[in-house]
Amino acid sequence: MSDQQPPTDQPCCQLKRRTFLTRVSVILGTIIGFMIAIPGVGYVLAPIFRKPKHKWRTVGKLDDFKVGGFVLVQYEDPSPVIWAGVTAKAGAWIRRVSETEFIAFSINCRHLGCPVRWVDDPKLFMCPCHGGVYYEDGTVAAGPPPEPLYKLNVRISEGLVEIETEPTPLTLTTLT
Amino acid sequence: MSNNFVTRTWNWIDNRIGFSDYIVPLMVHLVPDNARWWYIFGSATLCAFIVQVFTGVCLAMSYVPGGEETYQSLKYITDTAPLGSILRGMHYYGASAMVMMAVIHMVQVYMHATYKYPREMNWMSGVVLLFVVLGMAFTGQLLRWDANGVWSVTVAAEMAGRTPIIGPTLAHFILGGETVGGSTITRFFAMHVFIMPALIFAGIGLHMLLIMRHGISEMPDVNDPVDPETYKEAYEKRIHKTGVPFWPDAMWRDMIFSTLIVGVILGCSIFLGPPALDPPPNPSSINANPLPDWYFLWYFAVLSLLPPQLETWVILGVPTIGFIVLFFLPLISNKGHRAPSKRPWAGGTVIFGFVAFLVLTIYGYKKPWSPDFGVKELPASVVGTDHGPLAEGAKLMHIKGCLYCHDIGGYGGHRGPELTEIGKLLTRDDLIIRINNGGHNMPAFASSISDSELQLVVDFLLTRGVEKEPENPKSTTP
Repeated sequence: MSDQQPPTDQPCCQLKRRTFLTRVSVILGTIIGFMIAIPGVGYVLAPIFRKPKHKWRTVGKLDDFKVGGFVLVQYEDPSPVIWAGVTAKAGAWIRRVSETEFIAFSINCRHLGCPVRWVDDPKLFMCPCHGGVYYEDGTVAAGPPPEPLYKLNVRISEGLVEIETEPTPLTLTTLT
Repeated sequence: MSNNFVTRTWNWIDNRIGFSDYIVPLMVHLVPDNARWWYIFGSATLCAFIVQVFTGVCLAMSYVPGGEETYQSLKYITDTAPLGSILRGMHYYGASAMVMMAVIHMVQVYMHATYKYPREMNWMSGVVLLFVVLGMAFTGQLLRWDANGVWSVTVAAEMAGRTPIIGPTLAHFILGGETVGGSTITRFFAMHVFIMPALIFAGIGLHMLLIMRHGISEMPDVNDPVDPETYKEAYEKRIHKTGVPFWPDAMWRDMIFSTLIVGVILGCSIFLGPPALDPPPNPSSINANPLPDWYFLWYFAVLSLLPPQLETWVILGVPTIGFIVLFFLPLISNKGHRAPSKRPWAGGTVIFGFVAFLVLTIYGYKKPWSPDFGVKELPASVVGTDHGPLAEGAKLMHIKGCLYCHDIGGYGGHRGPELTEIGKLLTRDDLIIRINNGGHNMPAFASSISDSELQLVVDFLLTRGVEKEPENPKSTTP
């Protein structure tokens, strides 16, 4: 390394050449940067732009469900990656209200997403994180949740009970 | 002869790599002779970081970032791999040490106002480093890919989702998709082992470069406030007159303290072991009790205390404003007194911050706002009998979940008011109205309790705190 400055008393063409080379280097550097970054950034951001999938997943036979309280069911989430294993599972609280009618809620508390538990005798959903409590119709009974539990669609198809899988419901409370 | 050979070999290497020319001057640069034990925390943070890098690289040899294999690999590291438990423990306690040392280092710099001219950017680079370290701590907690990890990432996504306009996009970016799952763990792994460590390495490099450029600050002198016009010159003069070489005159203290820190990290991992793994990371399993690591527990407590209308402001505001205030602090105040005795507000802020942290952390561990799912039935010693309507009423208190939130005689949760003496305070009608209709943070039970059950519960509650009349009153003739 040298502290020597390049001579400044050069003929005009030499200066022009240096300016030109500087610009070429900067432009090429920018192009190199873009060529490296675009595929990577696109790859990392791709999950954001993927359209949400809504797939119907079977959670059991119709006869498995008795009319009464809520039961926890597990199913595969809408779009698992192949290495997800047990982490591809999603859960819902489902209840057979009558012979033909079902109701299902996402297990995520609408406060900050923790898993709510159904407690059968007092007929309440309770959250272990910040004490959110919901009635059996999903409405808020106590605590900080700003919205009722997220309802999932249920259908009966050829003697099987199916739930329409959806992305993890976010509360998305807006600033007031 | 052999000595001569070693010398010649070293000289050959030194001549090529320039150790004596570049590294030695850095090591023996002059530091103030009064920079004593106060100045050990920065190097201790660096030392904890070295522990994290080394143990982290070792753990990565067995850690599998993906789905349930992650959990299995963690199990293997903890239970089977030779020294694996110690290594995982060191990484865990090392993280705590690093967060703690970084914060203590920052408090010390703040109290001595070392961030003032010309060291503003030393502080600013340090603030960025602190936030990246907290990011490391958070992503690390998720890499412990058990039930707690899964639910922590869900909470994080929910919090990010509150951001105006870009909230959902941000949440899905964190999750690596629409739901927590396999792509979340690989994403967090990349952040924890590539992106953030690279930022920390770069940040430490800049931080150290700035330390070398501006010199280690002296202890504050109450008679010598910082004046940017004259400070640098005066500092240079003083340091050449009274300064001592960093190595070994000052560094031995850093070495002693860092030895102690690494000793404590190793000792904790040997004697306390790494944190136990929760059940496997199944997002459909509801039997999780999500709690963040201790350094974030205060924030967890804050989120339960807030009125709902303030919550989103706080979730987004605390980290953002916290960063902005800390980052720009030296630009607001970069001259004047450095001595803590002349800066009472600075001392007050630190004491307030520390007390708030302590109180909220204790509150976070107690979780008095959450239902206590594991509560036991009331024992006969509290109920006063083990049969009859009173015992039935007491049993219903458990069955109907009342005890999840209410304490009676030391048994039960703390979400709602204690009911040990409720019989003295409320009438039968009051109790019936409250149970049926609910009230402030209490669900209404009208639809889930029958009339006869309600009577039993109320009969039981009315006996609480009321002196029991003796069954066979003795004649009290004087």
